[in-house]
Amino acid sequence: MSMAQQAEPALGRPPASGPKESDGRTARRPLALRLLARPEVGVFLGAAAVLVFFLIAAPAVRQGSSMATILYQSSTIGIMALPVALLMIGGEFDLSSGVAVISSALTASMLSYQLTLNVWTGVIVALVVSLAIGFFNGWLVVKTGLPSFLITLGTFLILQGVNLAVTKLVTGNVATDDISDMDGFAQAKKIFASSFDVGGVQVKITVVWWLVFAALATWVLLRTKYGNWIFAVGGNKESARAVGVPVTFTKISLFMLVGLGAWFVGMHNLFSFNTVQSGEGVSNELIYIAAAVIGGCLLTGGSGSAIGSVFGAFMFGMVNQGIVYAGWNPDWFKAFLGVMLLGAVLINQWVQRTATRR
Amino acid sequence: MDRSSPSRSRRLAPIVAVAAAAALTLAGCASAHGGKKAEEAAQNASAGKANTPRMTVALVTHQAPGDTFWDTVRKGAEAAAAKDNIKLVYSADPNAGNQANLVQNAVDQKVDGIAVTLAKPDAMKGVIGKAEQSGIPVVGLNSGLSDWKKLGMLEFFGQDESVAGEAFGDKLNTTGAKKIVCVIQEQGNVGLTQRCDGVQKTFKGTTETLYVNGTDMPSVRSTITAKLKQDSSIDTVVTLGAPFALTAVQSVGDAGSKAKVATFDLNKDLVKAVQNGSIEFAVDQQPYLQGYLAVDALWLYKYNGNYSGGGVQPVLTGPAFVDKSNVDKVAEFAAKGTR
Repeated sequence: MSMAQQAEPALGRPPASGPKESDGRTARRPLALRLLARPEVGVFLGAAAVLVFFLIAAPAVRQGSSMATILYQSSTIGIMALPVALLMIGGEFDLSSGVAVISSALTASMLSYQLTLNVWTGVIVALVVSLAIGFFNGWLVVKTGLPSFLITLGTFLILQGVNLAVTKLVTGNVATDDISDMDGFAQAKKIFASSFDVGGVQVKITVVWWLVFAALATWVLLRTKYGNWIFAVGGNKESARAVGVPVTFTKISLFMLVGLGAWFVGMHNLFSFNTVQSGEGVSNELIYIAAAVIGGCLLTGGSGSAIGSVFGAFMFGMVNQGIVYAGWNPDWFKAFLGVMLLGAVLINQWVQRTATRR
Repeated sequence: MDRSSPSRSRRLAPIVAVAAAAALTLAGCASAHGGKKAEEAAQNASAGKANTPRMTVALVTHQAPGDTFWDTVRKGAEAAAAKDNIKLVYSADPNAGNQANLVQNAVDQKVDGIAVTLAKPDAMKGVIGKAEQSGIPVVGLNSGLSDWKKLGMLEFFGQDESVAGEAFGDKLNTTGAKKIVCVIQEQGNVGLTQRCDGVQKTFKGTTETLYVNGTDMPSVRSTITAKLKQDSSIDTVVTLGAPFALTAVQSVGDAGSKAKVATFDLNKDLVKAVQNGSIEFAVDQQPYLQGYLAVDALWLYKYNGNYSGGGVQPVLTGPAFVDKSNVDKVAEFAAKGTR
């Protein structure tokens, strides 16, 4: 577990070198180009383009409160997109993350309600369950060596079925009971689902958590040993192992981080809407992955950034809400969404190509 | 699965410890409010049971997993099955091709009757014909009002979505609404589109449509908020399912709008919302009744040759309006999840 892999040339793009460092290899290239070569810069420009576009096309977006709504939608995607991005940099991905959010919310809600406990008990048990799901995914991926696509597709289906069956078994319905009048609810709601006033605009607390988590993830990724491990296992597992990176620990912990994110968003869903429908969450995993990929994460692992996923999630939220603010014909909604996202990704890719071309 | 490795038990130790700690805190953390204890045991209406020989009925719907509406349909069907000494085989798939396979499966099992929804009638044509050739009576429920007769089905129980939408529009006219937004939680669903079209037909003001992602509540919430901000003249939000109505109430708050919320379909939380006035009214197609009648009808047909509507007219289960004036009557049934 030494720090020897810090400057590991075999692992592709050295992640720890921030834009300010110059180590001879990049010295000949102008600063602007070096900046543009960062994986998140393309998506930043893409997101900025989308924002400017909608500021012009949809007057309603110019209000502060509209931006709060857009940021809220982005944050619930973005909080999950962060660990999903880290996992992708680590060379794996997780199809079960969408339904895992609902599994966590269902656990907390049903446990508290059925046993008539303080909701905090449910919240804590849900955390344990979420981490266990992540551990299970990671452990199985590492032990079997099978692609995480297969393993997490299995978990996705298991969770989808379990969510429905257990909820039905326990509550007799397919949705959980309302827990909003129970002890601890108001307190938990403050943490997971409250909002606060900024200059007359109601901002949801998830936006703050999202930015805090993004800062934390960026710091971990770029400034810690663990961050280097993530790039190393994603770039080349075998050479990472050869230089002493604990591959098993890194991969399993990354899956557990996704579990942590699922727990957090699950708690937001629960305390924001009081009840949870067991069929929700399906297909959200693709949105999280999309946000990470738009944000510059390679599908093959080893490259990407946490902050990129922030812009990716923002872009998704912006396009999603912008279409509504613009009042376009809603029949075309999905098509608009797809075109805008593709367009933004193409800008992203073009910037990257231009910047890295010699 | 594998207990051979000692290192694993060491790794599991913290997890066990956390679980144990959680279990210990359970005792001291009981909630004084709400929860299961507050929910009085629902008194089960125990009707008499038929003494006819046991028969098997298949109920095949296009339910998406985890939808509260279909759960109520199924509960109605189960109640009828229990009363009529019927073995109920329930299966569902939102994909039309898969649903057709499930009907084929029921035919292969040689069940005594099939109840089926016709969300995509063309896809079901072939298998329903096969069932009829094998002498299995088929009844329709919920969707397919305009197609059940063409497919030679025995009878039909449901609500005409267009008629329900039209009744909804009429009701809106009496509330003084001028501009509404009709929120569709599943793009491309025929029944949902018919509801909004029906509303538009009779509603005298302006109707707009909005699509939301029904599997992601935070997204539903922010999209409705966005719409209300984009068009501040909207005075009523119309949703097509109970959970979306409850979310729409939050969106109205977020947007600082004065819009009212009205909806299709019920559940127990929605009933509370009607009682406390946060939702104006709900139109109820009585899904429990649809499931119950469809199964019961197959029993009646087998043992007494009856068929409702004489095979010509559908049996309408809705639209029934639930608002402040009659909500208390519905509330006790909704609490059990059967209304």
